[in-house]
Amino acid sequence: MTTATSTQTFTDTIDKSQTTPVWQPKIVAFLCNWCSYTGADLAGVSRIQWSPFVRTVRVMCSGRVDPTLVMKAFRLGADGVLISGCHPGDCHYSEGNYKAMRRVRLLRRVLQGFGIHPDRLRLVWVSASEGDVWAKVTDEMTETVRNLGQLRLES
Amino acid sequence: MTDATKDHRPDGPAHRLETGATPKPKLALYWAASCGGCEIAVLDINEKILDVAQNFELVFWPVALDYKTKDVEALADREITLCLFNGAIRTDDNRYMAELMRRKSKVVVAFGSCAMEGCIPALSNTTSKEETFNRSYHDSPSTVNPSAIEPSVQTQTDGFALSLPTFWNTVQSLDQVIDVDYYVPGCPPQAHQIWAVLETVIDILNTGKPLPPKGTVLGAGDKTCCAECPRTREEKNITKFFRPHEIKPDPDRCLLDQGILCMGPATRDGCGAKCVSTDMPCRGCYGPPPNARDQGSKMIAALASVIDAKSPEETDAILDGIVDPVGTFYRFSMAKATLGRRLVDHAEVENPDVWGRSPSGENEEVSP
Repeated sequence: MTTATSTQTFTDTIDKSQTTPVWQPKIVAFLCNWCSYTGADLAGVSRIQWSPFVRTVRVMCSGRVDPTLVMKAFRLGADGVLISGCHPGDCHYSEGNYKAMRRVRLLRRVLQGFGIHPDRLRLVWVSASEGDVWAKVTDEMTETVRNLGQLRLES
Repeated sequence: MTDATKDHRPDGPAHRLETGATPKPKLALYWAASCGGCEIAVLDINEKILDVAQNFELVFWPVALDYKTKDVEALADREITLCLFNGAIRTDDNRYMAELMRRKSKVVVAFGSCAMEGCIPALSNTTSKEETFNRSYHDSPSTVNPSAIEPSVQTQTDGFALSLPTFWNTVQSLDQVIDVDYYVPGCPPQAHQIWAVLETVIDILNTGKPLPPKGTVLGAGDKTCCAECPRTREEKNITKFFRPHEIKPDPDRCLLDQGILCMGPATRDGCGAKCVSTDMPCRGCYGPPPNARDQGSKMIAALASVIDAKSPEETDAILDGIVDPVGTFYRFSMAKATLGRRLVDHAEVENPDVWGRSPSGENEEVSP
């Protein structure tokens, strides 16, 4: 904007040419409703610091996370995907987390076939009482993805 | 069929029926990066091909008729009523022909798996142009090429300049380069389905019925291959995967139940379940079923659900039986894969050895 007007906002006053965008990892996390989402919530209410680069999506069960969702997240710009469910034996739907485990292990092989580092996809178990574990996991994942760098899919 | 000496330009005499009645609708068939199987499949409709010749004027069909590209270029825009385009797009020439057929045709149909979703040619999206050339012109055991000649776009020889179309790094489906009206899946589309499609077109032309909505998949069902499969299905608990040559399957039981990797659950029906009826697993040539975008991801979801394992170690031991997961799950749909193609410029991992066991991934860590 060349002249200051009454509609000028704060952001207009920032000289954008002076700021170089710094790449930060984008991580999409699918959390199961029963354990992990509550666990992440606990991390919040307990005021535990955890990675701001993780965007959470609540799903009913880790077994509900279709590989299509993971692939679409990568396609739309995610650098990493985290799936979190209840500990084995604790699944609200008995076996959804085992299904998630098998899918992730197969999906990691497929990612490798696409030339994508399999560590960009990680499955973890976080219970409703494990806010500290959630914080640790997100920090680790952010670090892993930061080391791998930006995912640049080719079409 | 059609006399090759006739002039087929708009003002030519063959523009009208032999009886001098209204002009016949024009039909064109073209092949891009394909094996020619789709063309043969059109002839598999047997004597009905005569009905096709009666109802349409064939203006372009390189596999059967001696018309040249310049004959198509001479047609008016949108003069061809129906173009059945088979083959994937992997060179500049393929793209030129696709754009030409689009310009000259009212309705363009991506005919067959290659045009629809890449099919076997698009499997080279799991490698690079360089690797493809190395394999084809240098490394393959049957290649003798002492002067290491590779095809190049421009070649000077004896004072003559030869040119070849540019070979692309990535194979694309037809709708990734031009606007496509309809799709006919299959590798190749089955003859009864081809005739069903042509019959529908003839009916629409004769009766003036409305066309189906754009983007419709013609000549196929709206369920999965399992809906047509005659085998008996039980609860699936896969403990080991077998490749087709490693096992003599029970002729009545579901192949997937027996550990043979059958793409049926993630494949559209309409083929008549031909492969599974002869003890061969479905490979997925009819593409993803309705409402599924990515055939591979749907198969991963389905398959992982029925593996009988509760620990990462057990799961890995069973998954080791799937040789070349990408090539299996995306055998026909690689050009449409959500993840695009195998990374070349930004590759993060080595190309897995598809001839041996797939690596399970280093530093893999799944708690507990």
